[in-house]
Amino acid sequence: MNAAAKDLPRLSRRQFITTASLTAGGALVVGCSPAQVLSIGADTPVGPFGPFIRIDPDSTVTVVSKHVELGQGSHAGLAAMVAEELGADWSCVRVEQAPANAKLYANVGMGVQGTGGSSAISNSWNQLRTAGAAARAMFVEAAAKRWNVPASEITVANCVVVHPSGKQARFGELVADAAKVAPPAHPTLKNPKDFTLIGTDRVRRKDAGLKSTGTARYTQDVHLPDQLTAMVAHSPQFGAKLKGFDASAAKSTPGVVDVFEIPSGVAVVANNTWAAKKGREALKVEWDNSKAETRSSAAIMAVYHDLAAGRAEPQKGFKWSAFETKGSTAPAGGKVVETAFDFPFLAHASMEPMNCVAQVGKGPPKLTFGSQIPTVDQMNTAMIVGALPGSVQIETLYAGGSFGRRANFKSDYVSECVHIAKHVGGGRPVKLVWTREDDMTGGYYRPMAHHTVRVELGPDGLPRSWRQRIVTQSLMKGSPMGGGPDKDPSAIEGVKGSPYLDATPNVDAQVVLYDTAVPVLWWRSVGATHTAFVMEHTIDQLARAAGQDPIAYRRALYRKAQSDDHLAALNLAVEKAGPTPTPGWTRGVAVHESFGSVVAQIAEVKLENGVPRVGRVVTAINCGTAVSPDQIAAQMEGGTCFGLSAALYGQITMTNGVVDQKNFDTYRVLRMNEAPTVETYIVPSTEKPTGVGEPGTPVIAPAVANALLAITGKPTSKLPFVQPT
Amino acid sequence: MSTTLQINGRDVQVTASPDTPLLWVLRDELHLTGAKFGCGIAQCGACTVHLDGKAQRSCVTPIGILSGVKITTIEGLEGKSAVQAAWIRHDVPQCGYCQSGQIMSATALLSEKPSPTDEDIDAAMSGNICRCGCYQRVRAAIKDAAAHGSTAPAEV
Repeated sequence: MNAAAKDLPRLSRRQFITTASLTAGGALVVGCSPAQVLSIGADTPVGPFGPFIRIDPDSTVTVVSKHVELGQGSHAGLAAMVAEELGADWSCVRVEQAPANAKLYANVGMGVQGTGGSSAISNSWNQLRTAGAAARAMFVEAAAKRWNVPASEITVANCVVVHPSGKQARFGELVADAAKVAPPAHPTLKNPKDFTLIGTDRVRRKDAGLKSTGTARYTQDVHLPDQLTAMVAHSPQFGAKLKGFDASAAKSTPGVVDVFEIPSGVAVVANNTWAAKKGREALKVEWDNSKAETRSSAAIMAVYHDLAAGRAEPQKGFKWSAFETKGSTAPAGGKVVETAFDFPFLAHASMEPMNCVAQVGKGPPKLTFGSQIPTVDQMNTAMIVGALPGSVQIETLYAGGSFGRRANFKSDYVSECVHIAKHVGGGRPVKLVWTREDDMTGGYYRPMAHHTVRVELGPDGLPRSWRQRIVTQSLMKGSPMGGGPDKDPSAIEGVKGSPYLDATPNVDAQVVLYDTAVPVLWWRSVGATHTAFVMEHTIDQLARAAGQDPIAYRRALYRKAQSDDHLAALNLAVEKAGPTPTPGWTRGVAVHESFGSVVAQIAEVKLENGVPRVGRVVTAINCGTAVSPDQIAAQMEGGTCFGLSAALYGQITMTNGVVDQKNFDTYRVLRMNEAPTVETYIVPSTEKPTGVGEPGTPVIAPAVANALLAITGKPTSKLPFVQPT
Repeated sequence: MSTTLQINGRDVQVTASPDTPLLWVLRDELHLTGAKFGCGIAQCGACTVHLDGKAQRSCVTPIGILSGVKITTIEGLEGKSAVQAAWIRHDVPQCGYCQSGQIMSATALLSEKPSPTDEDIDAAMSGNICRCGCYQRVRAAIKDAAAHGSTAPAEV
């Protein structure tokens, strides 16, 4: 902790709330970053080349990543942006994870330090290129001075600074001099046509070696001296409260150190994981479920149906909200198509169940884990332990997947770990381990959603009017990113702004939010997980009703909406797929824009014993400048598997409020023998990069549904495709 | 109480009780953290190790039955196998958490079937879940490793 922070009082709850609301209002509404406020107490040394670049005497270039590596591959792209502008050889570039410090490492689009919204590359594009270019200019100036030559004659490539006279020096030889040069405020960036690294397949993962040898360090792997391992008994129903517990058997379990109450349940602290698990099994806990959610998920979905049909009124404080309105959707005698869709809760089910290591009570509080939104995790930790947010240290490790789960504005599992570590005290490290069952039944699901759509076609077969109703639960509620009883941007994204609505003269689109005690959260591609399905599967049904080819029908709508980005992606996918499907397979198409990128897919599908099987998937993505084409391909492959897994099998259901799926035996996910072959093609572009991590996920489900429609003539009105028997 | 296990070519004394799953002995007692905890019920394959050369789930294997069994973890491959080299060439990992298990299953497959068919790969690898969806690269890397044979060096 720096000297200034030591003199500051600890944050009171009221001050914390003020700070928290500053985050909400400041960052996203007024446009003023709260990073200064939140960083009070942080002490991160910054070198001569700024917070993102360090250069060693051996010419090694270290790029400091403000974004966590969750699998999405952004470390590679971030390093490439620096290397390109700096003139560094890719082989001498390494990546290091930034500490938690919102002042230095805020996400430009969020105002806090955090990874999400497929924004790592796009929000860093100017920032890291500028950092690289500034460092390059410092080397050029240092060399010009040393050699007494004009700076304009000097070039930099592969970590070597060169003058045409034959003089040259590696970064390491010049770094001491370069460090003394004042960094230029507005360095000249490369013209994209001069890129030699960005956009090439030389941009590869820097962590493939670590991750292929079992040596990459995840939270689960942390073993600090004197560390304890904790598990927590949680209530089986959301919203239940602890009534009482009998810890006698748990405490006598060998290896168990302590058992105590924390706000989220009963913590069992032990010398190792197995002892913690055995201790928890021996614990007897009683819950008060008088305020718990005790309905089944089917009962909640029935309420959604009643709301959409106007048979039920919104909850108190909630109301229908129109988000796209133009003209009149009154019947005008044209052909009418009606569709309706149900979407279940979905668990993220990352391979590494949620976990965290915390040390509280001696020196500054410290967290060691795969933190996706460090500033918020600092704030929530600070409130529990009574410290300044910036004084909370976070060492961010590789995360074994997240898909949104580790970015939680309540820091749920982090807070749980901090409460336990606070009780243990003395700065003793506590690793909280969630089992798969804890993770899967722990909530923060993709919310359930129900859509109804009524479209009337005009004489040209295109939509004349479009009426849509959406019922879902707000996942933005309580977050600093907006949301309220009548609005949640994530509930409507993909319907709002759809080129199909732009191309329709009469629109009435409304949403109502419905609250339950089931915690919900963003899940890879967020609103698009349901809206892409609704829009894309509806479009195929409209094309069918109009007697038109689904691809031609989309093209007509994109032209009418002047949506060149959609058209470009679709045309590239169509071209690369070629005219003829693989014999025995039927094609389905879908196109959707999310996180600034448009993805078009043509999926080849067949039914095997009534279960859809997906083979070749041709994917075209329109994502601006492709920084790392191979990682874009990897995200399209992975995003497609993630979306297909949910479409085929994914659903969290509840019986009497208790989650039915506990582990991968009942929450079925895609496996090797079911994986499609994804081909990725990138629409050439020199625009700023847009999202890649999420846009590959939402398109496969409607593409498969559209192929099934072609095979069976039957539309899909409910996901997943495969219902348990 | 102590049990002797043969791990990566060495005899190792461990103190955990015989009913303790091998996974937790490897991870918590020996700090061999390559094998990962994913499900605890042999459904995901993240904990895969070799027991006498066969791919097995360490999360459901109590150490009490492992007397005289040769245990190999990913640490025992020492980063030098043809499979690991192929994994790196293809940039297979994303989050990477499942990859130790994937590599151990793939290694066992290739030692049994040096030139596996797609069906062989499906059969051997379908017990290993990857939520990032690296399956297509896992398949490509296995075929690549098969083509390169066991002499290809890893660029770790």
